[in-house]
Amino acid sequence: MNIPVRPLVLAAMVLAFSALVLSRAQAGGSHFFPPVADPLVKEECGSCHLAFAPSMLPARSWQRMMGDLKNHFGDDASLDPPVAARITGYLVSNAADSGGQRRGEKLTRGLDPGSAPLRITELPKWVREHREVPNWEWRHKDVRTRANCVACHADAERGYYDD
Amino acid sequence: MTKPLATPLLAALLLLPLAVAASPLDDQLARYAAAAKAGDPGFAGFSAARGKTLHTQAFALGKPDTPACTSCHGPDTRGAGKTPAGKTIEPVALSATPGRYADPAKVEKWFKRNCNEVLGRECTPREKGDWLTFMAGQ
Ligand code: HEC
Ligand code: HEC
Ligand code: HEC
Repeated sequence: MNIPVRPLVLAAMVLAFSALVLSRAQAGGSHFFPPVADPLVKEECGSCHLAFAPSMLPARSWQRMMGDLKNHFGDDASLDPPVAARITGYLVSNAADSGGQRRGEKLTRGLDPGSAPLRITELPKWVREHREVPNWEWRHKDVRTRANCVACHADAERGYYDD
Repeated sequence: MTKPLATPLLAALLLLPLAVAASPLDDQLARYAAAAKAGDPGFAGFSAARGKTLHTQAFALGKPDTPACTSCHGPDTRGAGKTPAGKTIEPVALSATPGRYADPAKVEKWFKRNCNEVLGRECTPREKGDWLTFMAGQ
């Protein structure tokens, strides 16, 4: 086998790069995580922070989180059981592993199937995507916490995470 | 002759407060007032001034990053606030956000959460009534 590897790789890189530029030009089509569409979920899960896209965590994570809203990252986010059940249904059926969630599948790839992480911001892929964000930026008074996606992704409410 | 007349009159008198207390906020204030009176016979009504103190004072008895109601709701009742996670909150003054305080369950839910965040305990019926009275006049 004497395939000229290097030019091939180079060509692939050029292709990938132009694909990247192209997809960014297409209104961020490739960085799209469908936002919460259910008004009840928006109201109950979108008052303290952005209503996080259900496709950013696997179903087992949502189930675990919804099972203990009383101790929700130090807050009491508890809800009446019927409301909680409806929200769980929505989150689970739109979760990263619910099928057809291309971006969500990528974001949660490589997770141990036995683990149910509660933080999007601790997913290995999320951490990798943000490793170049400098420390001072995280501590900036307009950011304060990694969970404040909107501080850096102005269009996060609509599901776009391009810049 | 007095009896047949007295009954409708009495009924009308009884219905009067119901007709006046039409808004959900008024109903809720009436319930808080009843609870406050039950706990303290000397209770003499809600006070917007006490409500203002509750809203602005730094208690620092709950979470370190939220010493006061204003930590999230902002110093200006007619201006927007912001949660620690960066979510914008509509103004709490009734005049600025007229849709507020119309859903008693929502009001109770947030009193429970937020008083814990700031005071490390639930608010009393009097505190809730004071605070709502203050916001209704803002
Ligand atoms: C009373 C306020 C409150 C409510 C209501 C609430 N949350 Fe949270 N949530 C928080 C706080 C506080 C954090 C931690 C934020 C931080 O790390 O800065 C958090 C964090 C999260 C995170 C992790 C963010 C990360 O770091 O990746 C997820 C996911 C989440 N919440 C989902 C939900 C869902 C789903 C609901 C609705 C059932 C909900 N939240 C309702 C306060 C709330
Ligand atoms: C301090 C600023 C900052 C915060 C806060 C932040 N991000 Fe990012 N994020 C970035 C930067 C910078 C990039 C890299 C952008 C690039 O390469 O174009 C990025 C990239 C991403 C990407 C990768 C885009 C892709 O598909 O390749 C996703 C997804 C993302 N962020 C989601 C989130 C979510 C969800 C939150 C909140 C839980 C969040 N970010 C909070 C700055 C931030
Ligand atoms: C950690 C942030 C935070 C703190 C501190 C806080 N609040 Fe709130 N408050 C919220 C959020 C978020 C909402 C729901 C969003 C909305 O109603 O716009 C809310 C809503 C409310 C509501 C319900 C409003 C309605 O329309 O029904 C009341 C009542 C309330 N807060 C009272 C208080 C009082 C009293 C304090 C101080 C003891 C306080 N809050 C402190 C974040 C906070």
